[in-house]
Amino acid sequence: MFSIEEVKKSFLVSIWFMFLTFPIMVIRVNTIYKIVEWRWERMFYIGIGTFVISFIWRYLMRRKEMGVKKKEVGEDALPLAQRLLQNRRVSYPAIALVAVLALIYPFVFSLYQANIMITALIYVVIALGLNIVVGLAGLLDLGYVAFYAVGAYAYALLNYHFGLSFWVVLPIGAAIGALFGIILGFPVLRLRGDYLAIVTLGFGEIIRLILENWNEFSFGPSGIANIPRPSFFGIDLSLAETTRFVYFIMIGLTIFTIFVVNRLENSRIGRAWIALREDEVACQAMGIDKTKTKLTAFALGATWAGMGGVVFAAQTTFINPASFTIWESVIILCCVVLGGMGSIIGVILGALVIKLLPEYLREFSQYRMLLFGAILVIMMVFRPGGIITSVRRTYQFKGKSNRHA
Amino acid sequence: MEYFLELFLGGLTRGSIYALIALGYTMVYGIIELINFAHGEIYMIGAFTALIVSGVLTLLGWNALAIIVIASIVAVIYSAAYGYTIEKIAYKPLRNAPRLSALISAIGMSLFLQNYVLLAQTSDFLPFPELIPEFGFLEPYSNFIRSSELVIFAVTAAVMLGLTFLIKFTRIGKAMRATAQDKMMASLVGIDVNRVISVTFIVGSATAAIGGVLIASHIGQLNYYIGFIAGIKAFVAAVLGGIGSIPGAVLGSLVLGWTESFFTGYVSSDYEDVFAFLFLVLILIFRPAGILGRSETEKV
Amino acid sequence: MQIHHSRKKHFTAWILVLAMVLAGSVLMSCGEAEKPAETAKEAPAKATEPIRMGVAGPHSGDLASYGIPTVKAAELVVEQRNASGGIAGRKIELVVEDDVCKPEIATNTATKLVADEVDVVLGHICSGATKAALGIYKESKIPVMSPSATNPGLTQSGDYPNFFRTIASDDAQARLEVDFALAKLNLKKIAVLHDKGDYGKGLAEFAKSFLEQDARGEVVLYEGITPGAVDYSAVVQKIKNSGADGVIFGGYHPEASKIVTAMRKKGMDTFFISDDGVKDDTFIKVAKEYAEGVYATGPVDTTQNPMAVEAIERHRKKYGEDPGAFFLNAYAAAVALLNAIEKSNATDFDSVTNALRTEFVGTPLGILRFDERGDAIGVGFAMYQVQKGQYVEIK
Repeated sequence: MFSIEEVKKSFLVSIWFMFLTFPIMVIRVNTIYKIVEWRWERMFYIGIGTFVISFIWRYLMRRKEMGVKKKEVGEDALPLAQRLLQNRRVSYPAIALVAVLALIYPFVFSLYQANIMITALIYVVIALGLNIVVGLAGLLDLGYVAFYAVGAYAYALLNYHFGLSFWVVLPIGAAIGALFGIILGFPVLRLRGDYLAIVTLGFGEIIRLILENWNEFSFGPSGIANIPRPSFFGIDLSLAETTRFVYFIMIGLTIFTIFVVNRLENSRIGRAWIALREDEVACQAMGIDKTKTKLTAFALGATWAGMGGVVFAAQTTFINPASFTIWESVIILCCVVLGGMGSIIGVILGALVIKLLPEYLREFSQYRMLLFGAILVIMMVFRPGGIITSVRRTYQFKGKSNRHA
Repeated sequence: MEYFLELFLGGLTRGSIYALIALGYTMVYGIIELINFAHGEIYMIGAFTALIVSGVLTLLGWNALAIIVIASIVAVIYSAAYGYTIEKIAYKPLRNAPRLSALISAIGMSLFLQNYVLLAQTSDFLPFPELIPEFGFLEPYSNFIRSSELVIFAVTAAVMLGLTFLIKFTRIGKAMRATAQDKMMASLVGIDVNRVISVTFIVGSATAAIGGVLIASHIGQLNYYIGFIAGIKAFVAAVLGGIGSIPGAVLGSLVLGWTESFFTGYVSSDYEDVFAFLFLVLILIFRPAGILGRSETEKV
Repeated sequence: MQIHHSRKKHFTAWILVLAMVLAGSVLMSCGEAEKPAETAKEAPAKATEPIRMGVAGPHSGDLASYGIPTVKAAELVVEQRNASGGIAGRKIELVVEDDVCKPEIATNTATKLVADEVDVVLGHICSGATKAALGIYKESKIPVMSPSATNPGLTQSGDYPNFFRTIASDDAQARLEVDFALAKLNLKKIAVLHDKGDYGKGLAEFAKSFLEQDARGEVVLYEGITPGAVDYSAVVQKIKNSGADGVIFGGYHPEASKIVTAMRKKGMDTFFISDDGVKDDTFIKVAKEYAEGVYATGPVDTTQNPMAVEAIERHRKKYGEDPGAFFLNAYAAAVALLNAIEKSNATDFDSVTNALRTEFVGTPLGILRFDERGDAIGVGFAMYQVQKGQYVEIK
């Protein structure tokens, strides 16, 4: 592995990157104060860094190619960890452990811990929603945050004008989300792939711009403050109690989402989505109604975003259009992609990692977006299936001679 | 009538700015059918590189003309190098992967590059030196047109003609067209597809850098985020005109520029972007291939 | 032959992974949760326990340049205080947390500060993030003082009895702009523009309503421009076409310089009046000769105040550069908060807020006290004009 040839290659790569990053990393010009700062040490770091990375990169590349070959030969063995965990004696206690941890979590840890867990769970729910659209149906939606915004504003405005409570608005928010999903779905039915992505991006921006400009309706960019938190049978709760309460609402909502999405995935419509993702033409040829399938994907995906938005507004107590930019859509997409498109556990894991890690690594928060960008690229290049690749339902014949069967 | 004419000219300027970015966009799309989200970032990096180089040279006391020339050349070289590298890292390994994967990778690259510049440089707006002097012969018409606008028109036209010539009449252009039609078939007849794609990225990125330098100089300032908004608008313009078509990109950009200008002038700039996006949706519904694009029947 | 159904097992198998992640995060948070407990052990008696001051604002991302100066101001004030023995023998400790100016992250930041048992909070920086965080501080009875959140509703709504600020609110700024335009410049037709943002649009709304109430002038154009657009020539044409003799712009300097440059290059000498977001030296550097004559409101210049001179000098010494945005406001806020704790000799909510409202305190912004709503009495805006490449206060 460390042959002269390899070292030479990596050396060239590091020279190239030192050249490439030279003006931006090394020189810093402040045209206001007419100062030029030279940061030569950075060039050294870049050189060392890319030298090492190029080895890792090539190693991963080789492994990926080997994986492809293996697949062709048919040795698509599950990784060791996955085989170990398929044992029921391991998985059942694991579920129990998760359940117990989830129950005691807000009582053991501080308010802050509970609070960030709520945020993370909201992302779990909406990422699972986006997973329906992107992961299952294969429709890249870059304006998904619009539905989230719709849910959040539905609660804020209905509460402001009509005093509707959280519990009343939760289903309304979901319904409005679904309605907007269909509204978006109709015009883009004919579009595919890239065009779809750019139009959904446009749709997301349109919703945000309307919220920003239409003061009479949405109070414009200054947002809506003092949104009430969920009430508990009309009893006044302290901040800590409400937070715990919202935490359990989110736990309930998450379980509900997992249940529904899991059932959906294995249902007739779920299979239709997967068929649509794999091959639109073949899918239609099999007699699947493309219009209906696409619209349900958009509507059902948006439903969860609507619900997540309602909880978001209730938890933050203040919303403004700046929370719903395109980059929020990209972060939600990042949850889905990192975890594994189409895989429920994967998406849950992805959302938890993406929302919790930056909170625990607050010192590194400035590198957050840089890392998200890198994650998207690296995941796509080396592990397009995500951390936990979704495995298609397979039926194997376990006979004596399955090779010749 | 004068108001109309002024809005028309304003739209023309805006359209030409979009066109300079859209040309590279549409070229890359034409060859590998990938929305290169990072294209806007390459444009930004080009402008930033020019700013850095001109800043250093100004402090060294070089003369203005030399600074303009050297800064532009360095910007073009660096943007091309970035385009080449990005393709190798983020797109080449995904050549045979689903289109969705490449698109997500492109978004990731765009996010990465924005934050790379933000962290390595600054988030503040920096003044960009005015590279194009006011031309004397335009003095009487200064109410209507500025010299930097005239230069942008001229460069846009030149780049459009240059690219058309490159694609229509050169050997590499022929290879590009072949690759665009069918990668497999092209490689069978002896075209080095990887090389063609690399060249496409290099040329596309170089045009982005030219755009970056000219536009930053026209606007007079830049920060790390200028590429994203301009990139999105340029992409919309390219789609309007029919993506993959070089004259289409210019036409689409001008149409978008006029649309925005007249909408702002006669209605309101509050909903300028909303209208631009709605316009895109309408075009895509009624003429999915864009204004100049040919609609292709799907091969099954 | 049996049909083996592998999918289900596979699905449940990954639950374990999830369990491990949760357990991991639990372990990590254990480490976090133990921190306050440890400090409590070290300092059992309340009298020697440090006073904890939270500092919240954007410390990373594109708005970091608005938040970092506040951290530095707090560091300088606390350093000085601690060197002279703290407050009644208690040292002061800073708890600095980032909110990236986003409301949803600000609530996390606020709960983190509450969980870390801070006594007072200096921050947040952006109005939106402040609004989102204030509810949490209010219920936890923690006084908050912002050096920069100018949204009028923060104090005028009466919703936040725990909120104070060392900067005047946006409507005061709009009032000054309108009065200046009508009384000093005698403008009749005014175009009001904004950048569609929280700050800019809020200001423009006020300016518009003040103009509509006043018979001396009228609003001939009210528009939001798109920030980041490549060119504003259409809007500039519209201003020209509306016949306005003055423009009031709410927003920040990048857009302002583009509009001013476009206007001047078209040969328009329309008055341009803007706000604190434009009263920035970068505006002059970017717009160059076209910046001449532009009016902008900004905080009353107190840099000659002896305390301000000292604060700026210490900043230069420690950090080797001139202080950034809202530095003096933040310095004043930190001084005022610590002074209130000292005067009331307590850290509970009622004593501290009461002291803030009743005790005068000397700060780099002058001698201050806070009114019932939380606005600083004596902090206001002045009008500046660009003259020979510099902002000069117009008396």
